[in-house]
Amino acid sequence: MNKEINNSACKFCPGCGYPIVLMTLEKVLSDLGVKEKSVLGLDIGCSLLAWNFLPINTFQTHHGRVTPTIMGFKRAKKDSTVIGLTGDGGAYAIGLQSLLWAARRDEPVTILVVNNTVYAMTGGQTAPTTLKGQKTDTTPQGVEAEPLDGIKLLREVASEKAFLARTAVNDIGNLKSYIEKAIETQKSGHFACVEILSMCPTNWKTKGVDTINKLNSLKEVFKLGIF
Amino acid sequence: MNKKQFLTGSEVVVRGAIDAGTSMMYGYPITPGTEVFTGWVGSGKKYLQTEDEIAAGFAMCGAVIAGQKTFTATAGPGHVLMQDGLSMAEGMRLPFVAVVAQRGGPSSGTVIYSQQEVTLAVYGGNGEGMRLVYSASNLEELYLLTRLAFNNAWKYRFPTIVLTDGYLLKTKGVVDFSKFEKLENVKPYPLVKEGEIKHWRNIFTFEEELFEEIEKTKVDFDKMSVEVAESEEYETEDAEILIIAHGIVGAAAKLAVQKLRIENKKVGLWRPITLRPLDNEGLNKNLNKVKKVLIVESSLGQLSKLVKDGIKDCANVSFEYLQKPAVGIEAEEIMDKILKIK
Repeated sequence: MNKEINNSACKFCPGCGYPIVLMTLEKVLSDLGVKEKSVLGLDIGCSLLAWNFLPINTFQTHHGRVTPTIMGFKRAKKDSTVIGLTGDGGAYAIGLQSLLWAARRDEPVTILVVNNTVYAMTGGQTAPTTLKGQKTDTTPQGVEAEPLDGIKLLREVASEKAFLARTAVNDIGNLKSYIEKAIETQKSGHFACVEILSMCPTNWKTKGVDTINKLNSLKEVFKLGIF
Repeated sequence: MNKKQFLTGSEVVVRGAIDAGTSMMYGYPITPGTEVFTGWVGSGKKYLQTEDEIAAGFAMCGAVIAGQKTFTATAGPGHVLMQDGLSMAEGMRLPFVAVVAQRGGPSSGTVIYSQQEVTLAVYGGNGEGMRLVYSASNLEELYLLTRLAFNNAWKYRFPTIVLTDGYLLKTKGVVDFSKFEKLENVKPYPLVKEGEIKHWRNIFTFEEELFEEIEKTKVDFDKMSVEVAESEEYETEDAEILIIAHGIVGAAAKLAVQKLRIENKKVGLWRPITLRPLDNEGLNKNLNKVKKVLIVESSLGQLSKLVKDGIKDCANVSFEYLQKPAVGIEAEEIMDKILKIK
């Protein structure tokens, strides 16, 4: 384990998938030798808890606003590597307009979307990715619509050279290789977005193997791979 | 180049931003701020037309963090959306510069003339209004304040707004740039540097942490206030009635004072150039000299509220108002009002 990682600062709930994403990101940036020139922008939601987690320049933004913020940074400093970390709500609901336009303009930024199918920080309300029939505080009768496939949607507007993929926190091999590919795509001047299926035992109200089973079941709904 | 130029207000803003060393503009077209954007694009400088004003605001936040001098121009409902980024800029002390072309409100309102975006510019965020807000009354001042906005945003790191309106931006007149030749630019610098690991938050775990942060910001804001708060006094020495007005209404008020002086009416003008922070010292000094004050504005009291906030001790002053939201106020109307004041 990298001793520079500030585990004592970890404010994520036990069993959360975010630390896996962050540790993998740090490993990729180190391996690619771009850590010094990297900045990590955080959307608001559970992603904000990563503000002092990694030995990388990191700043928080507002909910749904990480994409335009890191885009502004990247346009101002072209030799930087910018990563926007956001949840499924920040990416596909409040931040969707900017995400689609960043993809459409082929902005050289890397967006990591951690999809746990709920608004986790605020207590488990409905997200664009919440499963059909799933009950939440804001859909007590159950969600009526099918969940939004954000990566498929981005594929509609992104350039052919954009890297768009989906993996899961318990698929470490692909998680690492997709993040690597996403950073390399940024270096070559193109947009990249990797959605990572993750777990939220706190809001899913699951324990142990049930959490992993639920995570694996999401892979039936959200197709993994490169789009 | 000829030092005197015949320019519109929008052209003056573009010239000011270029002369300030600005290298990038983020914008979303909205009347009456559009010509600032199209004028900038026409100058050949870098720009991006974003998907909305929110994206323009946050792109600017990212750009200034990287050390780039950038700005936007917006208006009315666009200014409302811009408050999202402005709030982050206020919380993180970012040198965010916006030119706001006021238009009538609420809602989509009208598109040329108004002074109804004062409160939004000054107190628009979910915070304490730690911003620097200028109000320009004529073309030369619009140029100067645009230059000062960039300088002071980067010097003090508070979000900075230059308030103007569609009328002044479309006004064409002579600007003598030789007056501003000695003005130097404050250089931008990266707020997040390579090789330095900065963990920068705008959300706090404990109430006390945020409280301490706001207290520190207040100290810096008060320090800046002493250095930047600015106002114009005109014929106030022996004035019995003081007019208070800002922006182009302030220009109309100045004309009214000139005409009333010909009729030996003892009238003066105090015109705030910074609406936030207000030049409270200048305000109170002038209030103490007069018995009557007339506040004139194209709003139902947005300036009046700021003025009343700035008053220290002046029990002997009575206030009269000429408030006409979203319409122009000419010198003659101000003169009529003054002549009716007993």
